[in-house]
Amino acid sequence: MRRVPFERLANPQLLALTGVLLLNWLLFPNFFNVTWQDGRFFGSIIDVLNRGAPVAILAVGMTGVIATKGVDLSVGAIMAVCGAVAATMVVAGYPAPIAVGAALLAGLACGLWNGFLVAVLDIQPIVATLVLMVAGRGIAQLITEGSIVTFNDPVLIFIGTGSFLGFPMAAVIAVALMVSVTLLVRRSAIGLFVQAIGVNRAAAALAGIRSRMLLMLVYGLSGLCAAIAGIVVAADIRGADANNSGLWLELDAILAVVIGGTSLLGGRFSIPMAVVGALIIQAMNTGILVSGFPPEFNLVVKAGMIILILLIQSPYAALPFRRRLVTTSKATAK
Amino acid sequence: MNIITKLAIAASLATALTSVSLAQDLQGKVIGFSQIGSESGWRAAETSVTKQQAADRGIDLKFADAQQKQENQIKAIRGFIAQGVDAIMVAPVVATGWDDVLTEAKEAEIPVILLDRGVDAPEDLYLTSVASDQVKEGRVAGEWLVAEIGDADCKVVELQGTVGSTPAINRKQGFEEAIAGHDNITIARSQTGDFTRSKGKEVMEGFIKAENGGADICAVYAHNDDMAVGAIQAIKDAGLKPGTDIKVVSIDAVPDIFAAMAAGEANATVELTPNMAGPAFDALSAYLADGTAPEKFIITESKLYTPADNPQGEYDTRKGLGY
Repeated sequence: MRRVPFERLANPQLLALTGVLLLNWLLFPNFFNVTWQDGRFFGSIIDVLNRGAPVAILAVGMTGVIATKGVDLSVGAIMAVCGAVAATMVVAGYPAPIAVGAALLAGLACGLWNGFLVAVLDIQPIVATLVLMVAGRGIAQLITEGSIVTFNDPVLIFIGTGSFLGFPMAAVIAVALMVSVTLLVRRSAIGLFVQAIGVNRAAAALAGIRSRMLLMLVYGLSGLCAAIAGIVVAADIRGADANNSGLWLELDAILAVVIGGTSLLGGRFSIPMAVVGALIIQAMNTGILVSGFPPEFNLVVKAGMIILILLIQSPYAALPFRRRLVTTSKATAK
Repeated sequence: MNIITKLAIAASLATALTSVSLAQDLQGKVIGFSQIGSESGWRAAETSVTKQQAADRGIDLKFADAQQKQENQIKAIRGFIAQGVDAIMVAPVVATGWDDVLTEAKEAEIPVILLDRGVDAPEDLYLTSVASDQVKEGRVAGEWLVAEIGDADCKVVELQGTVGSTPAINRKQGFEEAIAGHDNITIARSQTGDFTRSKGKEVMEGFIKAENGGADICAVYAHNDDMAVGAIQAIKDAGLKPGTDIKVVSIDAVPDIFAAMAAGEANATVELTPNMAGPAFDALSAYLADGTAPEKFIITESKLYTPADNPQGEYDTRKGLGY
């Protein structure tokens, strides 16, 4: 039974993250340099944490949805809606906490709408969430009237660009969210129920799991996470950009979850590894920026790296190691 | 009063009368306008400037929003033809597929003017095309930097638009043309910021880390103002002064860049004017008056704005245009 500790040590996600970070370091020797400036840490590695935060936040919610064998394509559009709500409300003179609260409620409502379509009306998740993916951006453009709503509210700006103990606020929020949601699902039976639904919803329902309520819950959580990400992104640029905020980020979030080892077929899931997946994606993005590749190479480099990471994770990649382990254990047995 | 003065007065009166009569020409005319949609602030400003220009000239403007779809534009143009409008303006969403509907308009003897973008159709199918010269925009930005820097060494970082998009290619080319031959100015890094604020900020953060904490960067050239606004925030976060430590030059002239300019954080912007309709109406009134065929391609002015051009006032007037 030596396989278990070996696999834990050689966790493919952490290996991949280390690999990408080392590659960045080779291309750009100052990659790990961190300085203290204006009461906060400053350096490329901090940028990875800060810029990776929105996708990491989305990935927390997305993991739950994918674990139930679903998918949420609408998170990017929900980000745009919630950023627009928060920005237009502070511009209209509401205090920041109320604006943020309203934006979170809007995100929750969007998520529950998705949950309603999937859980109650039994529409396939990819179709159900496609509705809001298309409509949501339109709603956001209606709220902002097609322009970028710029604001100067210090409290709202702090959410995007402030720092806590020297770390960027966005990263702190992502970590806090990751820890609290992980504790919630792993210290209660919710995680097990979610997995059960993902493996076989009908069987789970027969076993007495209230699958409808749980599905509403995971989609609601995904909407709420999208709202947080939307507020963070808007606060970061001090403006709600309905056309571009969260554009295509749903795909990055799904990729982060998949890199994190969660199966698209439902069941097995890991929230912390999905967050690591988001960091891997961002480490690649930041690496491309500091290494000085021409922009035409961005997508090719990214695609190559992702193929490599997924290959490392493939069960076949681990085979040679396992064989050797089996042989060694046999040898010791003799 | 001698004869020369009399002549001069007569001439100026005549000019004034002509211009009045030209402006009066379009009074009461019905013009259909098929707009792409409202995908950007600039587009919204173009719509409101067009409506304003039409109102000033007493034109009855029929406005149709195509929601980014060519079939909607074709439907709108057919509708305009059926209504028997005096002229049609189109901001085409794509370049191809216009031959049939433009031929229908030509057969109905309704002049068509293209705004802001061109089409791949025979030139005799439309009266004229009013657009900006994107290469020139980049060149104006580059020439500003060359004049501003003088002989000092200058490492420029470039925030490109979406990879492969026409404005990104043209604005890059124009800027490179302007700095060619000035060996003291080099483009040290160039990456895409996808024309968005958040990507502009993220890319600039990367550039600052890669160029010695930003100390080696002398100027940033952004293919649009939104990326420049993002870059300004990244420069500030790095503890540097945008506009002073790192000069900021960009293109478009949207309100927020004037706000930055008023705060001393941006140095120059090249205007992509939202007033494409003004030159279009001028060409149309000359054509309707005596059949003067306008130039096939009318190029709008690429005006340079610096902090000397009352940025606060520009911000206030532009804010009302729906940017």
